[in-house]
Amino acid sequence: MGFIDIFSQQLVNGIVLGSFYALVALGYTMVFGVVKLLNFAHGDLYMVGGFAGFLILSFLSPFIGPGWFGVAVSMVFAMIAVGILGVVIERVAYAPMLSAPRLSILITALAVSLVLQNGMLTITKGQYVPFGSALGFGGVNLGSLFISYNQMILVGVSIALMAGLEIFVSRTQYGRAMRAVSVDKDMSRLLGINVNRVIAGTFFLGTGLAAAAGTMAGAYYGSLWYFMGFLIGLKAFTAAVIGGIGSIPGAMLGGLILGLLESFGTQLPGVGSEWKDVFSFSVLILVLVFKPTGLLGKPEQERM
Amino acid sequence: MPDTPIRPSAWGGLTTILDTPLKRQVAIAVILMAMIVAPLLFGQYATVILTNALLYVVLALGLNIVVGYAGLLDLGFAAFFAVGAYTVGIATLNFGLNFWLALPLAVFFAIIAGIIIGTPTLRLRSDYLAIVTLGFGEIVRLAARNLRETGGASGLSGIESPWLFGWHISTPLDFYYVFCVLAIIAVVVSVRLANSRLGRAWLYVRHDEDAAEAMGIDRVKVKLAAYVVGAVYGAIGGAFFAANLGAISPNSFSFQQSVLILMAVILGGMGKIPGVILGAFIVILAPELLRDFGDLRLFIFAVGLLLIMLFRPSGIWPAKSRTGARR
Repeated sequence: MGFIDIFSQQLVNGIVLGSFYALVALGYTMVFGVVKLLNFAHGDLYMVGGFAGFLILSFLSPFIGPGWFGVAVSMVFAMIAVGILGVVIERVAYAPMLSAPRLSILITALAVSLVLQNGMLTITKGQYVPFGSALGFGGVNLGSLFISYNQMILVGVSIALMAGLEIFVSRTQYGRAMRAVSVDKDMSRLLGINVNRVIAGTFFLGTGLAAAAGTMAGAYYGSLWYFMGFLIGLKAFTAAVIGGIGSIPGAMLGGLILGLLESFGTQLPGVGSEWKDVFSFSVLILVLVFKPTGLLGKPEQERM
Repeated sequence: MPDTPIRPSAWGGLTTILDTPLKRQVAIAVILMAMIVAPLLFGQYATVILTNALLYVVLALGLNIVVGYAGLLDLGFAAFFAVGAYTVGIATLNFGLNFWLALPLAVFFAIIAGIIIGTPTLRLRSDYLAIVTLGFGEIVRLAARNLRETGGASGLSGIESPWLFGWHISTPLDFYYVFCVLAIIAVVVSVRLANSRLGRAWLYVRHDEDAAEAMGIDRVKVKLAAYVVGAVYGAIGGAFFAANLGAISPNSFSFQQSVLILMAVILGGMGKIPGVILGAFIVILAPELLRDFGDLRLFIFAVGLLLIMLFRPSGIWPAKSRTGARR
């Protein structure tokens, strides 16, 4: 393969990877924007989303088949189910802690993450679970570059979800309320916004997007694992930080950038695929050190 | 009373029980006797478990300085543990140093690692710090896994057990007593630190960073000190861990390891020495007692952690001090 071929193949890989990161990063950034909480459990909700999608698909596939249509329907149900789980977690674990010291709420979030992870570890006995979908292997050849239909559908669905979210947040009344709450919670309450409902809605949306990513990743890669949320949680956080945490377009941009950085980074001399994660985390640390507000984030006065 | 009271910030609920020097001395004597006698009573298997618990006492006390004293959430503490273990492993195996020369080297590298990761990140928001330390912990583990010098995924083996003045520290019982001494030193240093000027600065920074800064405390410097002291604890624990097992692999330094140490700190009571010791013992002994539960025990731990954060945020054995009785 020539240079151009490798370049374009990595471009495709990077965009696919980047759309996963972006979907998960959106939830991080939305929750952070509204309640200023780093939801450590977010990556694990992605994992739960994958398992939920798998479970729903195995119930529905006799009726709608295990192809992309079946996966899409399962994905929608998984988004709703896991979205509700996200709201429950927010109500049970985070809501009572929002006025507690920051250290306590961080540890609570970590505890939620461990409960989800180890709960799934107990259920699956630590085994990889094959995702029972049957997607085709077809695709389009552009010269020597091969793009599978799966990759196209995946990126297309991700773009559609993100566009939907962007429209929801910028055009609807509920979205306006969300933006208001992220600017000033107390003022929003005075103006008659039901802040708790907005927070619950934010968790629902953010978690739902993670579940969508989880189901699609399960279908695309073909297997699920209880620990699969850990790494992507960390990567998605990196993406959110690159784009500027709290900024929705930033999360999308950050996800794409990180996906591309990773797929091209592994081609650099000395950065093999075994150093891929080290590469991403180094990017995270460098961004936090030199540009903690990210590309599209607003500078923030910290008061804690 | 003529003698200085033990600071509630470090001793937790014990201050009210052990309120006279006599009671305190009796308590210390009883604990020391119990530590000496325990392995003779319970046999070799229990000795190995207790040694492990004492290792966790050292590690948890180290992390307690970062989390409990300075209030910084560190999710990558196993990285310093790894730095200590691998320094000893590489120095003794590849460079033929003996253990006692490798030990200061391990401490040195831990300090360097603490400064490298701490200096740029301690200015950040506290939740960013948590994620950065998590990323750093993974970087160290992956580096240990991928580098040739660290033996890759299979790690290093054949690390020789140390000699001390003609005493070959080799049997499980020998290592038990070595870890007893380490744990006692760790406790004493923790108490002295809590009572020092630096300890008071940590308390300040933890409670109100801005007020502390207004009082002339350089918060970055003070946090960095906590970070580095914690790193040294971790490295010393790691060095003796390597000497004890004779073999180390990247799996010993995973995220789960960091979480386990953090649980030891939080379960018993953040910032309180008896609580942290209790937490370390719970973390090590509970899996032994819950052996029948298999994988479920990790889930039980996680639920326990969540319940503690929601209903008893100051831990199982909290302080009965005037300040911060709830937090």
